[in-house]
Order: sequence, then C-alpha cells, then structure tokens
Amino acid sequence: MKRPAGTVSRYTPGARANHWLNAIILILLALSGMALFHPALFFLTGLFGGGVWARILHPWMGVALIFTFAGLFIRFCRYNIWSKTDTQWLNRIRDVLAARDENLPEVGRYNAGQKLVFWLMTIGILALFLSGLVMWESQFGDVFSVEQKRIAAVVHATAAVVIIGVWIIHLYAAIWVKGTVRAMTRGTVTGGWAWKHHRKWLREEAAKGNK
Amino acid sequence: MATMQSLDIKRYSATTTTSPSVRESVEVAKLIDVSRCIGCKACQAACLEWNDLREEVGINVGHYENPHDLTENSWTLMRYSEVEEADGHLEWLIRKDGCMHCDDPGCLKACPAPGAIVQYSNGIVDFVSENCIGCGYCIKGCPFNIPRISQKDRKAYKCTLCSDRVAVGQAPACAKACPTQAISFGTKEDMTHWAEARIADLKERGYENAGLYDPQGVGGTHVMYVLKHADRPEIYANLPKEPKISALVEAWKGWPKPFALAGIGLTALIGFMHYVTNGPNEVDDEDEDQGKRTLGQGDR
Repeated sequence: MKRPAGTVSRYTPGARANHWLNAIILILLALSGMALFHPALFFLTGLFGGGVWARILHPWMGVALIFTFAGLFIRFCRYNIWSKTDTQWLNRIRDVLAARDENLPEVGRYNAGQKLVFWLMTIGILALFLSGLVMWESQFGDVFSVEQKRIAAVVHATAAVVIIGVWIIHLYAAIWVKGTVRAMTRGTVTGGWAWKHHRKWLREEAAKGNK
Repeated sequence: MATMQSLDIKRYSATTTTSPSVRESVEVAKLIDVSRCIGCKACQAACLEWNDLREEVGINVGHYENPHDLTENSWTLMRYSEVEEADGHLEWLIRKDGCMHCDDPGCLKACPAPGAIVQYSNGIVDFVSENCIGCGYCIKGCPFNIPRISQKDRKAYKCTLCSDRVAVGQAPACAKACPTQAISFGTKEDMTHWAEARIADLKERGYENAGLYDPQGVGGTHVMYVLKHADRPEIYANLPKEPKISALVEAWKGWPKPFALAGIGLTALIGFMHYVTNGPNEVDDEDEDQGKRTLGQGDR
C-alpha cells in the first residue's frame, strides 16, 4: 500500500480491524456490565433492549472478546516484553506527564506505559473471562457451587473496574499524544511522531526500509 | 409474585433512594414447630396448589424427600434427616425448608434489577418476576441457598410467604393446610411468645437444648423454627448455625461499589485536568525534520 512520504507504517489493516473490533466489543461489555454494576447505571440496559437482553448478551460478547483479544495478544505480545529501559522510563513518569521527552530513555515500539496497558488488559480480560464463566447462570449454573460463584462475582467486579481504569488511561494517552490516533485509523504515523515518542523503533524501522 | 402492597415497601432492590414506605404494617412471622411436624407434606401440596404450580413427577431414590431439592415450582420442601445420637437412639428430624424471609435479605442486596426483589414492612421478601432479569445474583446473595432459576423462563422463584394471601389477612397456604398446627402464622411478636411456651414445654419433656431459631446474623427471620436441638441446627438437614450474608457478597455489593465508581470517574477527571493544564503533547517541526532525516538514512 502507498504511504505518503515521511510516514512510517505502524499497524497493518488486519491489526487495525482486529483492534477496533476488540474495542467495540469491550465498550459494549463495559456498558452492559456497568448497567448491572450499580443501580445508578441500570438505565444503560436500555441500550441493549432492557435488563433481560443485557443479561443475555453480556456473556456472549465476553466470549467474542476472548477471540478478538487473543488476536491482539498474538500480534503484539512479542513487542511488549519488559526491559530495563522500561523501568527507567517508568521511574521518570513525572517527566512523561510533563512531556519532557528529553529526560526519557529512547523508546522502542512501545513505551512502559503501553506495555503496562497491554499486560493489565491481558490479565484483566483473562480474569473477567474465567470468572464470567463461573457467574454465567444460564450456561454453568449447575456446574459451580454458590461459594465459587460469590468469589467469581468479586473477581469479576474488581477486574472490570481495573480494566475500565486502564481503558481510560489508554484512551487518554491516545488523545493527549497528538498524531497517535492515525496509527490505528490510517496505519501510519509521521516520522516526527516516531522520532519524538519511539526513537529506537524509528531507527529500527528506517534500517529495515519501512518509510 | 407481583407487588400487592405498594405503600409499605421497606427495601426495593437496586435502588439507592427511599422506597414508598408511608404505610407501616406490623411484622409478621411463620413459626415452624419442628417437634410437632409429622412430615406429611400437606404444606408442600398446599403450596403447589395455592400458587397453581405443578412439580415434575420425579424418581424414587429410596428417600422420603420428594422432589429431591427445592425447585422453581416447589418453593417449600420437607427435608428428612436420620440422626444417630451419642447414646445410640435415632432421631428422625423433619424440617420444612424454604425462604426464611430474612430481615436483612442477601438476595435483595445482591439483586442488580430495580424492584425485582422487594421487602415489605411486614418483613416478607418477595420476588417481583416481571422485573427479574434472570442473572442469578440472588442465588449468590442468599445465605440459605433458596432461590431457584426456572429452566423455562429463566426467572428466579422462591416462597413468597403467600404475600398475596397475607395482604388480604389470610395465613400462608402451608400454615392453613398443616394438620398438626406445626406451622403457625401471626405477628412476629406473637409467634415469639408462642414459641417460648412451646420451648418451655419441650424443655420439661427433657429437650434441654430446645430453642427458637431466629438467626440474628441476618437481622432475624420472618420464618422461625422451634428446634428440639437448637444448639445444633446443622443436624436439621444443614440448617446453618450462624447464617449471615457472605463477606464476599458484602464486599461485592457494599461500600467498595460507590468507591469503585468514583475511582473510575476520578481517573477520567484527572485525565481531563491533565489535558487542560498541560496541553496536548505535540510533535514540532524539528521532530519532523529529525524524523525525515532518520528515515532518509535508512535508504542508504
């Protein structure tokens, strides 16, 4: 595919489609889940055709999410291995938030924050999936004991809150760091963006001839 | 069941504001005197009849219990326990199982659907089926393992304490049908007094541990038992000794919930505030030049 001069390819069309499918399902899961999480949010069941429909659809969307997230995991896992530079980057989180990039170590394809989002999402979605199965009364109501269901309910709610928090951070980072969103909408970023935020990655890509 | 009384609702599931409660009625209770029960199952039959439900014809596995467990149709069940005492004599204990109508109902606490479970000021805990979404949270909340989800409509069902009969001044169908008056119904105060007399009688007959089962861990119940062995309720088909809402359910449905919501809101607010105070993180022309240069190097 042709790319404007001075841009670098970051996400393939397949990766973008996978990401957005995952995003849509995750948002629908959050909305239907929040509806049952707190009485003040029960009105959200209206988006799904009422309380009963929200209850029916939520677990099936969870099953769908496991497949879309597995796709993302397989695609991005190898770029999210933790390194020493990540710890240094994280120790200078104040510089990160103040956009003093000159004080930060050179970053590869992903920075420590992005890696944390990746791993928290992985652990969180796995916890939500497994606890969700235990809570799924219509499919597994007879399989698990009441006590197991109670534990699952606590795990499910906790993991959901963590994941929603992580999601807000993920979303905010994309909005705050200008030039990021196009990576997931057009697949490319500008050379300047890559130079500023992922310099090590830019050098590697340039060496490979990705431009 | 449907809500029969709308002005005296003490608790309304998944609702944080005060329910319609201008009318207050006296607390009622059903007293089950286990020592008078002959295990005839008239109460079970009366329950099915009044609520116009039918139980499936089951199979005999060599046990008196029929059906084998509470179901979406059988809201009450006689449970039979054969207990061999230390001195070698056999006790045949029969307990009418069903919803205890807790004063602090775990099912209602766990329910996420507004108005699917209500508690009237008379103490009756009622499932309002048209508001039930079939999630099964009530099962997780209940300390007595009572609610059952129907395979047919996926709604939760349990004993209503005949709230429809009580609303018009009638005793529950089971109490009406009991031939030995092992089941009595009245105000909670009266039933407690009545139980005291029964317990005194039992003690006189040698059951020194006779007592009333009105567990305070759930705020007391509106179905109470007179037990010959009140010190060991568990021998009556695992009647819990000190039932209370599980700590897991309290954590799941208690104070952490509003905090979690606030935490989510705060995260979003901090993000917004960060943006309006620090401004966007933008790439400048120098970065773009450097980027172009780096990409150019790769060409060579």
